[in-house]
Amino acid sequence: MDKFRMIFQFFQSNQESFMNGICGIMALASTQMYSAFDFNCPCLPHYNMAYGLGILLLPPFILFLLGFVLNNNISMLAEEWRRPQGQRGKDPAVLRYMFCSMAQRAMIAPAVWVSVTLLDGKCITCAFCTSVPVENLGNVSHPLLSQGEIQRVLARIPCKDIYNGQELIANEVAVRYLRCISQALGWCFVLLMTTLAFLVRSLRPCFSQAAFLKSRYWSHYIDIERKLFDETCAEHARSFAKVCIQQFFEGMSTDLVAAHCHLPRKAPEDAGEASKKLLGITDRGTMNMALKSWHRCKPPLNLHSPALPSGNGWVGEGQPPVHPSVPRRETASYYSLV
Amino acid sequence: MDRFRMIFQYFQSNSESVMNGICGLLALGSVKMYTSFDFSCPCLPQYNMAYGLGIMFVPPVILFLCGLILNRQSLVMLDEWRRPQGHRNKDLAVIRYMCSSIMQRAMVAPVVWIIVTLLDGKCLICAFSGSMDPEKFVGFANVSPVQVEQLLAKVPCKDNELMRNNMSHKAVSRYLRCWSQALGWSILLILIVAAFLARWLRPCFNQAALLQARHWSNYIDIEQKIFEETCCEHSRLFAHKCILHFFESMRQEIKLHRFNFSREGEGDEGEEDLLQGITDQDQVNKLLKTWYYEKPPLDVSQATQR
Repeated sequence: MDKFRMIFQFFQSNQESFMNGICGIMALASTQMYSAFDFNCPCLPHYNMAYGLGILLLPPFILFLLGFVLNNNISMLAEEWRRPQGQRGKDPAVLRYMFCSMAQRAMIAPAVWVSVTLLDGKCITCAFCTSVPVENLGNVSHPLLSQGEIQRVLARIPCKDIYNGQELIANEVAVRYLRCISQALGWCFVLLMTTLAFLVRSLRPCFSQAAFLKSRYWSHYIDIERKLFDETCAEHARSFAKVCIQQFFEGMSTDLVAAHCHLPRKAPEDAGEASKKLLGITDRGTMNMALKSWHRCKPPLNLHSPALPSGNGWVGEGQPPVHPSVPRRETASYYSLV
Repeated sequence: MDRFRMIFQYFQSNSESVMNGICGLLALGSVKMYTSFDFSCPCLPQYNMAYGLGIMFVPPVILFLCGLILNRQSLVMLDEWRRPQGHRNKDLAVIRYMCSSIMQRAMVAPVVWIIVTLLDGKCLICAFSGSMDPEKFVGFANVSPVQVEQLLAKVPCKDNELMRNNMSHKAVSRYLRCWSQALGWSILLILIVAAFLARWLRPCFNQAALLQARHWSNYIDIEQKIFEETCCEHSRLFAHKCILHFFESMRQEIKLHRFNFSREGEGDEGEEDLLQGITDQDQVNKLLKTWYYEKPPLDVSQATQR
């Protein structure tokens, strides 16, 4: 028990490192996804751009949404945002802090996908192969081809096995050119993202550090309070169930006493702990009766003793509790075999 | 349980070794990044230099910034630098010490990248093949200057059939690679000698001030960690009290509504305490609804005064 508490406290105080771990796993998963994905450029004039840019931009969007979905704190943020004010004021700075920290973590896997895609070069090669500057790189004095023909030839650059424009522009030259541009874009993107992250992280202590500490404390507090409330409710439910079941068995044994005019009691003095725990049910028939009654007619969720009047229940809320002894009368006709 | 506490304490007391670990991981990461990166020189006169030097210098900047971001001490240092003086004086020597140790650790991965790049040679061959003097090499004699430029630019790309068997291209490539590796080894030697001297000669200058600066920088780091832990512990206790207070106020509301209900001799005292007077489905529903619609105020002063 203590060990669980220790682990719980470790994760709580390192809640941020737990989230960082998930974020790192998603980044690795996105790299793995890219290398496992079988990129297949269509090599047709109008489809290339759509395919290439689609592969570049659509999976990051999916990964971003997934980053939010996998984050446990999103439900906490939604709850805090939508709750009625009641007796406790709402602090928009706390909501902003929670949202920002979630968004920052969710941005990492998409950024990794875009970087890996650009540094690899296949997407940009596929998307922009029809825009290669043929006059600089290739042979402009090639026998006259219509614009559409040229486009079709250029569109086949990514597919080396069907490329038929070697006289127009060499395949390796075009691929190298496009790949160089793609890698330059990739490195610039990574540099930009890293610079942004650095600025965000280092400018924060220079401005509004006190407000940041406050927001961080209260966002942790909301999380801990929610968890503790769930724990307390679980403990309460446990006690509730225990008392309810105890009252059920007591009710059964009361019915038995009422049904039998006498109950053979052999040695009441040496009835020890174990026999008390039997709750008055001491033979197979009675036990079967108890089990059947538990299945057919569960007791109401009301722990008041049946002898006391409970008609003045909760004013204005729900139905008055049912008298508990009524459903059990029909089971009192079974006889024990003792 | 004890083991977790020990690990936690180890990390707390040795934040420097954690930082060294991160620094080593970044260096390994930079080597891995270089080997998995598919270097592809454009082999065009105007683009070669930009590409080659770009690959040599842009990733080190990125790695340096990553080294600063991932280092927890940089935040601590910025905090200390920007905080208002208050009751505690600021010691610039401590801030300088922290800054220099952060910079030293952040410089390791970029230097590793640059050295690996130079020792491998591809970047320099790509960047400087167009600036070679064609007279040094046989095979460029009877070629016009424009064509020379084109041919030299194509030296890094060995996949063209025309280039493969050309001796002069191999000569250019070997020449550049030799220079690149020499530069790489020299830089490595200079850096290691500098590090060695710095470490050896440091005790000769102002050792006492250094010990003080190191002690106080560790102190600031540990103090911040313990403050965060204490805040977490405090918010846990605060939440606990707040929830108990809430259940208690629910129980009192229930008692107020039950004016002719006596609860003497009810049996299990222990269980009744845990139930907090909430013993009915409707009461539980009411409690949960109130928890959502009207959270209790963040004020446990009444609970503590009881």
